Amino acid sequence: MNPVNYLYLAALLFTIGATGVLIRRNAIVVFMCVELMLNACNLAFVAFSRMHGNLDGQIIAFFTMVVAAAEVVVGLAIIVSLFRSRHSASVDDASLMKL
Amino acid sequence: MTAQLAAYSTSTGEAVQFWTLGTIAVIGALCTVFMKKAVHSALCLAGTMIVLAVFYLANGAYFLGIVQIVVYTGAIMMLFLFVVMLVGVTAADSLKETIKGQRWLALLCGLGFGILLIGGIGNASLEEFSGLGQANAGGNVEGIASLIFTKYVFAFEITGALLITAAVGAMVLTHRERTERARTQREMAEQRVREGKYLPPLPAPGVYARHNAVDIAGLLPDGTPSELTVNKTLRQRGQIRDVSAEALNDLKALEQRAEERLERDAIQRAKFKRAEEASK
Repeated sequence: MNPVNYLYLAALLFTIGATGVLIRRNAIVVFMCVELMLNACNLAFVAFSRMHGNLDGQIIAFFTMVVAAAEVVVGLAIIVSLFRSRHSASVDDASLMKL
Repeated sequence: MTAQLAAYSTSTGEAVQFWTLGTIAVIGALCTVFMKKAVHSALCLAGTMIVLAVFYLANGAYFLGIVQIVVYTGAIMMLFLFVVMLVGVTAADSLKETIKGQRWLALLCGLGFGILLIGGIGNASLEEFSGLGQANAGGNVEGIASLIFTKYVFAFEITGALLITAAVGAMVLTHRERTERARTQREMAEQRVREGKYLPPLPAPGVYARHNAVDIAGLLPDGTPSELTVNKTLRQRGQIRDVSAEALNDLKALEQRAEERLERDAIQRAKFKRAEEASK
């Protein structure tokens, strides 16, 4: 098997995640799709790291994970506070600057 | 197969693993997008992430594979589940499209984007590949550590600042200062009296029905379920089990059995009915 297949899989997962972001309305599910896209990127980084024979790709994937953790914390806090003010987690409802 | 050889060529075992687990990962990703409930989406995503962790391990990224399981499936997905628990109760996805044809356009965009990406990878010259055997020679964790603390040390320190900022930001966003005093039980009771509705405590679920489970609405005297008896959360989730038809059927069966036992015939029953109507 050619390790390029990992890249194809990463591209497929990224596409599925991007489509999910466009299709879904529930903010939490949209957020999960963003996470899926980040994970697909990580897989591509790890596969590239193996192809080029150095660990820099893994370092970038590691930093992506850290940033994703920070992003999830803030993003979920935003979703919770949005839910508190609008009683809905739909991304369509948050179309006004202020309630 | 030695580790050295495994780093330079992919074995049949890895091919089998790739095609099996890759299928599971794609199915998990599709379920994440298309499952109706957010909880199911989260569980499917957790499955996909575990598969990705196995792929990291197979690609020689032993540290990242473990971190993926611990941080992503362990911490981040748990955070997601907590928020689904807090928010998802009433967060039913609206099926109404606000922009006409948005779903089909999104699918089309996704398809085009996927073709673009996969075509790009297909056209790239990625023929030769050198495995991680040399880079991982001194151990994967040691290799990553020596890179992080030399070449990427500034990025690493900035990451620390980012994490602290994120923690503070989450606290600021979710913290809510109480601007008014919480109402006491006495004040709430007085308000109920003033408004003149539901003076006694709310009826318990299932009191007038034949079950006492919390998700079964109590029945009113005319046999219709009373939503007042069920917890607000269950009401909003639409998880009330309606037993009114069942209860009415049971009652009918009971009446019939009683009549059979008393050996009432049809004429007598008709007479009884007429008498009943007359009494009305």
